[in-house]
Formats: sequence, structure tokens, C-alpha cells
Amino acid sequence: MAFRDGPFENLKVPLVWTSAVAVVVCAVGAILLLISDARAQASPYQPARAAVETVAGPVGGVFAAPVRWFGHVSDYVGGYFFAVSENRRLKRELAELQPWRDQAIALKNINARYEAMLGLRAEPDVPMRTARSVSDSRGPFSNARLLDIGARQGIKVGNPVINEHGLVGRVVGTSGSVSRMLLLTDVASRTPVLVDRTDARAILTGDGSGNPRLEFVRGVGSVQPGDRILTSGDGGGFPRGVPIGVAAKGIDGTWRVKLFSDRGAIDFVKILLFEDFGQLIGADDLNAAPLAALDTLPEATGAQASAIDDAAARRDSAARAAAERARAAAAAPPPVPTPAPAQPRPQAAPPPAQPAASPPGGTE
Amino acid sequence: MRRPVAVRVVGPTQWIVYPALITAAVTFILATPVKLFGFSLPEPVIPMVLAFAWPLIRPSVIAPLVLATLGLFLDIFWGGQMGMWPLSLLAIYAVVLGSRSFLIGQDTVVLFVWYAACCGLAFLIAYLIKTVSAGNAPSILALIGQVVPTLLLFPFADRMIERFEDGDVRFR
Repeated sequence: MAFRDGPFENLKVPLVWTSAVAVVVCAVGAILLLISDARAQASPYQPARAAVETVAGPVGGVFAAPVRWFGHVSDYVGGYFFAVSENRRLKRELAELQPWRDQAIALKNINARYEAMLGLRAEPDVPMRTARSVSDSRGPFSNARLLDIGARQGIKVGNPVINEHGLVGRVVGTSGSVSRMLLLTDVASRTPVLVDRTDARAILTGDGSGNPRLEFVRGVGSVQPGDRILTSGDGGGFPRGVPIGVAAKGIDGTWRVKLFSDRGAIDFVKILLFEDFGQLIGADDLNAAPLAALDTLPEATGAQASAIDDAAARRDSAARAAAERARAAAAAPPPVPTPAPAQPRPQAAPPPAQPAASPPGGTE
Repeated sequence: MRRPVAVRVVGPTQWIVYPALITAAVTFILATPVKLFGFSLPEPVIPMVLAFAWPLIRPSVIAPLVLATLGLFLDIFWGGQMGMWPLSLLAIYAVVLGSRSFLIGQDTVVLFVWYAACCGLAFLIAYLIKTVSAGNAPSILALIGQVVPTLLLFPFADRMIERFEDGDVRFR
């Protein structure tokens, strides 16, 4: 007996229902993935991401190569045809920058002397690695790029990334030969910054648009359009003073930052091998005296020592006298209520007498 | 003597696997970091075309699985929250599957309105998930910048439906 002649002749597979069951099962799986990824401190799926990026990096490099070659060719042709005008512009810029260079050299010299005198520990140079961007995601939900160097070249999660104009982002994932850079414009990006003019602190928050927001700005009127925004180094994630952009009012009324890194293509970048302050300064240095120059000061002379002792004795006697007066005032009986005085009384007592004069040449 | 009738069957390889591979490849190519006249390449969510067209072509068990896989690919490749795009794409599939009997044979304009509505739902789900997970709402302008190219892909969905809707005579 053939199958179609049997009792199952009219049996039809309910394809819509089986499809619906498949949808529900996949949706439940997706929700579980979402929850597990959101609750974990570090994504448990990092190995899967690293595996895909290891494959995607070289392939993306193949796609990016013709674009880069075309860019080089157009630059070459443009340079050939516009050589004269570019030469004039460069000469003009060179003439304008000459006095700035002299000032920079002088200021660098003075700064170095101040640092030596005060015993300041300036941040040492941070080693860098050059990388090429091979893939790009740009939507509102993700702004990230794949770079063609990874953990084998010493890249670690958290390393800041810059281009020739300023800060671009930071590394959020690495595999052997590829790393993922989160741009400043990504929704998940938060960067502690400062306003160069006022030293006010703020947090630069990406929202998927080209110009990230300035949030939690400290101080009233501390930001003006055109103010330069730099990394503050707070929290230790970024070195201090890396240029980011200039402040501008957004159409929604919030402060936003026009990024310097948008002035050119983000194709070649430099990854700063900077992790945190602990990397720059060893534990022994942190436990050292705050002013290293104190060790190098000569011994005080007899006159200086006596002047220091004299000043300390005056300060002690003044403090004792003030304490005695406070005790006497506390022990005195409460004043009898009297009618309101005709003249207003002075609002505050005069300040306590200061030592008559500081010792000549004395420094406390 | 009756001659055997040739039954034309378009298997899932033609209407599921190949389009899925093409979608992944195009997503890959559009991620190339290039700027033309100051503008980057568009970045539409191409699998939304498949999520809309597949349930109209034919209900299938394989299609939701492939759709979820494509969503996971987007999550990993774009560096997003795992599970966000599978959920958004499956939402489109579920809505169209539920309204399949109404949508079959409708005019192209009606299909486009439904496509736009389904894409809007999927982007809304993604927007809410991202807002909750990042603690920060993405820019609406940036969202529009991804929604518009995705909507412009509707002709591909329409073409797929026309091409494969009658691909298996057993489903007439």
C-alpha cells in the first residue's frame, strides 16, 4: 500500500507553526545571550569575537588595500598638479611657525628648570605602535574599528589610540594580530576630559553621532565655544593633555566637541602602550618623599636655624594664647539679656594679632 | 500513458543560504573604511531584507535559524551586544509570519509600508536594548542615518519575493 493511500493521506505538516516554534526558540536563545553578555563583568564571548576578528582583519585589509592605493594615486596626482600652490602655503606656514618654535624651545627650557627645582615627576614618554584601520562599523549602535596589530605586538585592552590630529579612541578587544578600537563617538564611550582654558573637568560621552557630548561639566560658565578639550588623565585610563577637539553648542543645546581626529582620515593610527599611572611610576617612586629636591637642599646655617626656631616659637605662643582665650570665654557666665543696642555691633571680631615681623630671610 | 510532470522545486540553498552569504559579504564590504567626497559608505542592516522576504516566500524552520546566525554575525562583526540583532531580526520575521495570509499578493506599496513598519519595530528594539545596556541613548540623527539606507533596500526584498514566491509548486 502506498503512503498516500493510507490514513496519513491528508496529513499536512503545519509549516507555519513549526516555523513559529523555531522563531520562539531562537528568540529565547537571543534573550539569554543578551542577559549573559550584559551581566558579566567581561564579555564571556570574547573568544568568539577574537576568532571572528582574526579572520575579519586580514580580509578587511584586502578590501581596504585598493582604497588606500587609490588614495595614494590621487594624492600623487594632486601633489603633482598643486605643487606650486602647496609650496607657497607651506612657506607661509613655516614663516608663521618660526616664532612659535623659538617660544616653544624657551618654554621647554624654563619648564625643565622649574620641574628640577620643584622636584616634579613629569610623565615619561609612552611607547607607541603604528597600526592601520582595516574595518569600520559606523551605525548609531556601534562605532568601532579593527586595527591590524594585536596582542602579539604588545597591544592591551585599554590602550589609547591617536592619529596625527588627536585622540581617536581606545582598544577594547585584542586577538593575536587584530585589535578592536572603540571610537570616542560610540554610545558606550566615556572619557574624562578637561577644558584647556579653565581647567574644568567633564566627561566626554559618545552617542553615535559625529560630535560626542560634554557631560557633568564642573563649574558655571567654564566652557565657551572654541575652547580646546584635552584628556584630563583622571582615573588613569588616558595620559593627561592629549588633544581631543574644540567645544561647540549642539542643536539640542548641549555642549558637544568637534573632534580633531575628524580633520583627516582615520587610516593610520598610533596606539599608546599606556595602561594606567602604575605603569609610569613604580611603587618605590610612589613611596618616595613628595619633593625629591628636599634631599638636595644644603644644611641650614646657624642664622637660618635660629630664625626658623624663632618663628616656630612665636607660632606656638600665639596658638596657646588663642586656646586660653577660647577656654576663658567658654567658662564665663552667660550674658544678662539687655535691650537692643542703639548702635549695631561689629559683625566679626578682629583677627588675632600676627607675629610682629617675620625673621629676616626666614622661610618657614 | 501519462507523462511524468516535472515539479519545479527551489530548495533552501537558493532562497536562504545564498542570499544569507551575499548579505554577510556585502556587510563585510560596506565596512571598508573609505570616505568618498567626505562621506563614509552607508551601513544598512541588510539582513532585514531577508527577515521580511523569507516568511512571505515560504514558512521555514531553517530561515529563523539562519536569521539568528546572521544577527550573531552582526553582533560580533560590529562589536555590539550579543543577542541584540538576532532578537531584532526575529521580531520582523515573527510579525511578517503572523500576518502572512494578509500580506500574500498585496500591492508593492502595501508591502513597502509593512517593510518600513517592521524595520521601525526592529530598530526600536535595538535602540531600547542599546540604551539600557550602555546607559546612554544613541543619537536620533545617527539612527536615521542607518534607517534610511535600510529602507532603500526594499526593492531587493520585493525582487526576492517575486523571484521565489512561486518557486515550489507544492506550496501553491
